[in-house]
Amino acid sequence: MFADLWQIVASDAFWIATLRIGTPLIFGVLGVLLCERAGVLNLGIEGIMVAGAFAGWFAVYLGASLWTGVAVAALTGAAFGLLHGVLTVPLGLSQHVAGLGITLAATSISYFAYRVSFPKLTEPPRIAPFAELDFLDPVPVLGPILGAQTALTILALTLVPLTGYVLYRTPLGLAIRMVGENPAAAETAGISVTATRIGAIAAGSALMGVAGSFLTLAAFNAFFFNMVNGRGWICVALVVFASWRPGKALLGALLFAAFDAAQLRLQQSSIGTAIPYQWWLMLPYLLSIAALVLVARKAAYPQALMKPYRRGER
Amino acid sequence: MIQLETREQTSRAAVVVAPLTAIAFTLAVCGLLVLWAGAPVARSFAALLEGGFGSRFALTETLTRATPLILTGLAAAVAFRARFFNIGAEGQLYLGALAAVAVGGLHGGAGFAWPLPLLFIAMMAAAMLAGAAWLAIAAVLRTRLAVDEVVTTLLLNFVVLLFVSWMLDGPMKDPAAMGWPQSVALNPALELSKLIERSRLHSGLPTAVAAAALLWAMLKFTAFGFEMRAVGANREAARFAGIPVNMTVIKTALISGALAGLAGAVEVAGRTSYVTLDMSPGYGYAGIVVAMLAALNPLGVVLAAVFIAGMFVGADSMSRAVTVPTYVADVIVAVSLLAMLVAAQLVRYRVRWRT
Repeated sequence: MFADLWQIVASDAFWIATLRIGTPLIFGVLGVLLCERAGVLNLGIEGIMVAGAFAGWFAVYLGASLWTGVAVAALTGAAFGLLHGVLTVPLGLSQHVAGLGITLAATSISYFAYRVSFPKLTEPPRIAPFAELDFLDPVPVLGPILGAQTALTILALTLVPLTGYVLYRTPLGLAIRMVGENPAAAETAGISVTATRIGAIAAGSALMGVAGSFLTLAAFNAFFFNMVNGRGWICVALVVFASWRPGKALLGALLFAAFDAAQLRLQQSSIGTAIPYQWWLMLPYLLSIAALVLVARKAAYPQALMKPYRRGER
Repeated sequence: MIQLETREQTSRAAVVVAPLTAIAFTLAVCGLLVLWAGAPVARSFAALLEGGFGSRFALTETLTRATPLILTGLAAAVAFRARFFNIGAEGQLYLGALAAVAVGGLHGGAGFAWPLPLLFIAMMAAAMLAGAAWLAIAAVLRTRLAVDEVVTTLLLNFVVLLFVSWMLDGPMKDPAAMGWPQSVALNPALELSKLIERSRLHSGLPTAVAAAALLWAMLKFTAFGFEMRAVGANREAARFAGIPVNMTVIKTALISGALAGLAGAVEVAGRTSYVTLDMSPGYGYAGIVVAMLAALNPLGVVLAAVFIAGMFVGADSMSRAVTVPTYVADVIVAVSLLAMLVAAQLVRYRVRWRT
């Protein structure tokens, strides 16, 4: 068992898989982080990822470039984010229920659009996905691992310090954190709680859309039903584990991905085949719950998370 | 800048007009989707209504579909009343179905060798227990360790589906199914009786309606119902008033999980007679929509479940009549949920534009 595990962890293939599995999670966790730092839970993520996966892929299928596809996915995500923002911020609907509604709406509209566009298909149509970055291969140590990734993974890795910089080093970031911690104080400081929150949700949802598009434009080359398969919910769990910090979010996403990559390989090992594959596949979900249990007690939730803000009301 | 102000008094007209507007909005969105699919709008709507409610066959099919939806709707309604967000009814339903077959289908296809009435009760009880115990995990994590139940119940749904998949591959595999992933069948003597000849409608429907009435009475007339509503309205105030908040949440979760588990047993005993991986087309998730459309009122759940079931059954027959994908039903459900929520909010609050 341990010999198997060591062999797995020592291989380049394992680390290549970890980064691949981790990429959509990094985008997704950063998206959830932005929304929740501004004080709004966004359970729309699961559906927004589906919509991003479909819209980005469909744009490319119709002839757009891959990067245009990513932009379309981001815009689709932002559009659903705007809707979630309007429903939860000025209208003050239950963030849980509105988010689930967004997930149902985004998923069903995507599936509907796919079926309308391709009424009778047995084989899903394919596109030419993002190419691997072979020119990075000569880089020492990391070369073989980064060289097998696509540009979207590099984008995800770049977004981590960028999000950190915006949140902690710019007035905009301060505004986002303030409306998530103490909206009344933010308003006193002349910050519009409504605009800041809606903006943060739209931006976060755009990242969720891109997370989905990674699946159809880089990881695979087609759109499948159920392809998001709970990844969105896992991101919601990971952001608690990361205590709403971008650096820890990266760590959480990669830890989770490493675990997933390891279990996928252990399944094929001598001992792995003795255990039903379903038990292996349960592990990532159970791990997410375990991570939540580990940190929940001391989790420093943004103070105003899930509390709608009304001016003059305490 | 948009602001909400509580209305001094809600006008009676608004209470009627708001949900009608929400329905009109939903139909408009649905009409756009039909146009997009290139089908004639009027004929498609006619096919939808006709297929969902327009004939004896349509009505019995709709009510058959509504049966599990009433139960999962009640599961969501009762939990949400105490502000415990059980999003895991889908998983609890599958576990209930598995438990029902484990008691009444294994052991040579006859279930345990008990007298039939006892076996029937044991089967239903096992299903309710399975659902309740599964949700209790999330409830205890919530009350003891402050783990958000939304994420845990959502993630546990995936765990259940994999567990079911393993059971159908292994311990509960039907050897006669020729590799098709399906469980052994329930003892036929345990199946629910049919209500009407030449239809699939079964006695699960009156059971579900009775559960709704019971729950309504419990919420309205019992001390526990009051505690539950108090916990849902304001946890701090409830604690201050001496209500055992954590215990109330756990008890509520047990009821909610049991209802979802019962939905699984009723589906197996009333309709499918064995467990498959696609026996529920998302009844657990649709139950949340049902509960919200009913404003968490148990009696309203019955009506909302019939409406949602009618949309699904109608969409199936519409997609056969005109070329509109069945996913249109899922869109209708999602949009009607969001529109209804907005409508309800606008009845209670006035929107003010401020500079």
